Amino acid sequence: MRALYARLDKELGTGVIGLVGFLLLVLVVFSLATPQFLTVANFGSMAFQLPELGLLTLAMLMPIISGGFNLAIIYTANISGLTLAWILNQNGGVDAGMPVFLFGSAAAIAVGALSGCVMGLVIAYVGAHPILVSLAMMIFLRGLGEFLTRGGDISGFPDFLHGIGHGFILGIPVPLVIFLAAALVWHVLLNRTRHGFSVFMIGSNIRAAHYSGIHTKRTLTLIYTLSGAMCAIAGILMLTRFNSVRVGHGEALLLVTVLACFLGGIDPFGGFGRVVPVVLALVILQVLSSGLNLLGANQHLSTAVWGLFLIAVMILRWLAATYRSSNRKRE
Amino acid sequence: MGAMIQKDDGFDAAKSEPAIRFGHVSKVFGGVRALDDVSFEVGRGEVHCLAGENGSGKSTLIKIITGVYRPEPGAEMEYFGKAETSVTPNSARGRGIAVIWQDLALFPEMTVAENIAFDTLLGIRPRLVSHKGMRDTARAALAKLGVDLDLEARLNTLPIAQRQVVAIARALVSDARLIFMDEPTASLTQAETDHLLAVVRTLSAAGVAVVFVSHRLAEVLEISSRVTVLRDGRLVGVYQTQGMTQSRLTELMTGKTFDTVVGARDTAANRKVLEIENLTRRGEYEDVSLVVRAGEILGLTGLIGAGRTELCHTLFGMTRPDRGTIRLNGKVLTMNSNRDAVAAGIAYVSEDRLALGLVQPQSIADNLVIPVLDRISGADGLISRRKKGDLVRKWLVDLAIKTGRPEDAVATLSGGNQQRVALAKWLATEPKVLILDSPTVGVDVGARAGIYKIVRALADQGLAILLISDEVSEVHFNADRILHMAGGRMIGEYDPRRTTLHELEEAVYA
Repeated sequence: MRALYARLDKELGTGVIGLVGFLLLVLVVFSLATPQFLTVANFGSMAFQLPELGLLTLAMLMPIISGGFNLAIIYTANISGLTLAWILNQNGGVDAGMPVFLFGSAAAIAVGALSGCVMGLVIAYVGAHPILVSLAMMIFLRGLGEFLTRGGDISGFPDFLHGIGHGFILGIPVPLVIFLAAALVWHVLLNRTRHGFSVFMIGSNIRAAHYSGIHTKRTLTLIYTLSGAMCAIAGILMLTRFNSVRVGHGEALLLVTVLACFLGGIDPFGGFGRVVPVVLALVILQVLSSGLNLLGANQHLSTAVWGLFLIAVMILRWLAATYRSSNRKRE
Repeated sequence: MGAMIQKDDGFDAAKSEPAIRFGHVSKVFGGVRALDDVSFEVGRGEVHCLAGENGSGKSTLIKIITGVYRPEPGAEMEYFGKAETSVTPNSARGRGIAVIWQDLALFPEMTVAENIAFDTLLGIRPRLVSHKGMRDTARAALAKLGVDLDLEARLNTLPIAQRQVVAIARALVSDARLIFMDEPTASLTQAETDHLLAVVRTLSAAGVAVVFVSHRLAEVLEISSRVTVLRDGRLVGVYQTQGMTQSRLTELMTGKTFDTVVGARDTAANRKVLEIENLTRRGEYEDVSLVVRAGEILGLTGLIGAGRTELCHTLFGMTRPDRGTIRLNGKVLTMNSNRDAVAAGIAYVSEDRLALGLVQPQSIADNLVIPVLDRISGADGLISRRKKGDLVRKWLVDLAIKTGRPEDAVATLSGGNQQRVALAKWLATEPKVLILDSPTVGVDVGARAGIYKIVRALADQGLAILLISDEVSEVHFNADRILHMAGGRMIGEYDPRRTTLHELEEAVYA
């Protein structure tokens, strides 16, 4: 049992078991509190709501592990969605076919990656702080997007997009499949590739990483490029879910992605973190919000509960660390 | 080091009243005896040295004396003639005990005056801060030390040596009569060290006792009157420094004898591996030419600021020379980054293990594989856990790195083991030239011998090694040839078999 615990800890990241325990607790509490909680409909709606935030959190995750930040994630997603919307509207609007959608998606991802790449280049070669660079990019993209759309919604897309935003594959919601696939790619990228390895080293000490022969500038550029591409995927998904694009959509999620990263045990100072605990943290946030909603609580109250939850997790982690170190001393 | 410093004339412990007297001090942490029945005594105004390797119990003893730890029952504690049964950090400070840790614990953003007079601001009753009062306090404390500093200068604009003086002045303000100094000379140049020793002498003359806690033995012998040696938590003995030699002290600290014989061999016939001709980088070094041969350890010595590290950075591809050529195995080498250097077969073990040499918070295993990620990747382009595990195990065994688990952070290792990890990481790249920049900084005397042995074995395998150090004895005993660098230029070449250590020290430190 102890060995299994140690192995899970090592494979998935420290604290996974605590998060799973907390998730089970929350599930049990809500199941007892309301009969509507433990229903297919409720789980279905959670599964459709989670992926947006999930993809954006993945986009935030890699910069944070590298010791940086990406404030531009929401507007990168919006601009990418806008790119797809524009291509769809230019090529038949509601009558546009699948090839147009695929081409538009590729263009959207390219736009997202490009905006990330520009940030990455500035951060890597100019040496400016990621918060400032991404803040500048965020303001630029917001202004550009609002100028292009005049602050309105863009809609009029083909019907088959509904099947992506609201459909199922083998009984699993398509958005959830997309999110899980993205999370798996991120997990492998961070834990098994040279790029991922470099991200952790840069996050801990970029100068020592540089002295050790890591191409820190290229790695930084790639981190923000990949982050931008992930934003674009979130932007495409948002378009298919709401059947429209508006610049500023999802604005409130920006800090929630940071919350999810920290709940998932990402070191705020960089260098450490795993994908799996972050996914679990996202699930917990979603369950808390859906459960409270079913209980008739106000949306604002559930935001307040998220904040309390983060504080509780920090205290629990501190207790666990104290317990572990006192155990070690006894040994 | 320099013989120009006069030794105090044999401090006579019997004649002097003790500042502190401790007996039968033991301390147990979770079953481990960190201190075992140790006694320790310092006379008033004495300059005393507390010597011992990492883990010998020096820090534990200081923490007991300063009231941070409570000793096991049965300990005798006496401060300035008064026996005490229990001491807290506050009461120890009240008795006149101060510690200056290696990191100094000053406020980098505050001025010299504010730092020195800081303790006068502490109190229960709130009161207004008097800047004039602080300046007066600070000026008086600096005057006692015979030092003149700009009181309004911000601390982080001062060199380390002057910050140390600020820390000492701060201790004086709170009426310290016994000051512990933890590794005070570790990051100082020779001139700065001499200056610090002069300040210590002033203190001693004013009746303030100073206890040096140091790895660097030379300075310790020069200035202290007595030395207390600890090993594995036990007292080895208390010795007069008069007549004590460095090698004798090393033996006492480690319990082993080390042959400090000159290890130089004749390598003139070996194949040339690294050749540098007229290499110049303006403002850093000028017209540097040197040759390192296969199987040769070329020593490069000189004071801090001689341009040694700057030259290394160019040889490691991190800076571009303005003029001159670098040849590796006869071929001209142009490098645009240190990745080019690694690919060509040049490895560089940085002098700054904490900030540049290793990624301290990350694991031992990860640190070992950083420069060889391509070698541990599988056909699918992913890092192979099996290959990584094999490589890590091989190097942990080869360099006898003592570690709990490879996934522990490098920061948890001792200095000597960290340096072995840094060596292993670069040896894994299978270099042709290994540049070692001050490889034993912050490494225990006992662990140093182990590192020298590894370096010699590597040379015997045919590696060309450039050994850089500001400790002349290090290059004298370990290098085959020695170059002397000063002011960015090569100013002399020595054969350790024909030059005595003393001659070499005179040449470098004079």
